Amino acid sequence: MKKSLKARNNNIANTQRQIEILSNGIFKNGELPTFAEKISETKQFPLRPKKLEVLQINLGYMCNQVCEHCHVDAGPDRKEIMTKETMMQCLEVIKKTAAHTLDLTGGAPEMNPDFRWFVQEASKVGIKDFIVRSNLTIIKANKKYHDLPEFFKKHKVHVVSSMPHYTKGKTDKQRGDGVFDKSIAALKLLNEVGYGMPNSDLKLDLVYNPSGAFLPGNQKALENDFKKALKEDFEIEFHNLFAITNLPISRFLDYLIASDNYEDYMTALVDAYNPVAVQNVMCTNTISLSWDGFLYDCDFNQMLNLKVASKIQHISDYNENELQNRNIIINQHCYGCSAGAGSSCQGVVA
Amino acid sequence: MSKTYYDEADLRKFGKITEWSEELGTKFFDYYGKVFEEGALSAREKSLIALAVAHTEQCPYCIDAYTKDGLQKGITKEEMMEAIHVGAAIKSGATLVHGVQMMNVVNKLEM
Repeated sequence: MKKSLKARNNNIANTQRQIEILSNGIFKNGELPTFAEKISETKQFPLRPKKLEVLQINLGYMCNQVCEHCHVDAGPDRKEIMTKETMMQCLEVIKKTAAHTLDLTGGAPEMNPDFRWFVQEASKVGIKDFIVRSNLTIIKANKKYHDLPEFFKKHKVHVVSSMPHYTKGKTDKQRGDGVFDKSIAALKLLNEVGYGMPNSDLKLDLVYNPSGAFLPGNQKALENDFKKALKEDFEIEFHNLFAITNLPISRFLDYLIASDNYEDYMTALVDAYNPVAVQNVMCTNTISLSWDGFLYDCDFNQMLNLKVASKIQHISDYNENELQNRNIIINQHCYGCSAGAGSSCQGVVA
Repeated sequence: MSKTYYDEADLRKFGKITEWSEELGTKFFDYYGKVFEEGALSAREKSLIALAVAHTEQCPYCIDAYTKDGLQKGITKEEMMEAIHVGAAIKSGATLVHGVQMMNVVNKLEM
């Protein structure tokens, strides 16, 4: 299995280096407008938060997979995971938040040794939509994870899982050999306990990321293709498909540069810029929390180590009203969320 | 870098043809956009047809555009290659069917 950029000492693992790349070159020489310039055209600069709806908590960067496009640079060699102490601080925030959605992500959040305790406690708070982002293969990775579908069901968790394509070739190329077969097996287990079935309250949604240097197509059309293929080939059911654009950071940025696609990809993002999508980008309704308790405008800013522009930067000082008074930090990676119909952890936004 | 007749950067400038003939250019792009909407054929099917025709017309801009469009629509490389073979089969068939004309001429002229 490949190692993370960090373990390989790749210079892209340095977040400052990523910001330099995104801030210079075609954006410095005026060939393409910066994101700040672009949103200024429609008087949307500075970008400001709206009503807080989603609290997204990253339980750690450890993962059983090393996906080619991963913006987290997650993998088995990443040891950063949230402690129980920070989880307890998170629970206090969850009890008081105005957000209606709690979204646990990683890495593979299930690999955090206190994951089950945290889910159990968080589910008692009664938040409306409790999401766990599961990469599917974790369910089949080890015996101790085999009962996850039952565990999710018990705590009425909304499962959101990555599935880049309904064919083995495209999926394994992006996520690693054998991922497709394991994902199919895991989806069947989830279906067996009721997840994703028509009219079931046990929500199972899939996330589609393009497997290369191109943008996602129409979300509804892709969902129809996925539903047809997974039903016909494997008798698998799911509810919604979220089409997410790959943002030019971390491992995907490394891929874009190595494959000589960076400038063309950024040009495609700028050409597809949609000011309507900017109104609903997820950073306007989300707070992202890192494994070590720091606060960010979104998961992507977290991976670029761009903490919120507020005097409240850590969960130990959490104050939702104060956080609402910040300007959102932007850079050229934000074009990924404003291209076409837009992109967020919940799919299109326009 | 050597100059060529085709510059891939020109594809992004396609819309500029409207600047020198606004009415016709606008009508063309409205028509073009309408053609590729979901209809009796899906946008996915239309994309594959466009890709096949792009090859038979040997238009590098169109090949570039409809390969990317196919990837965006989740079309596999196997499906794309089959579509191109459909175009190639019609092209070669269209050549070969003229062989009947050759045979007719030979049959008429030879003793």
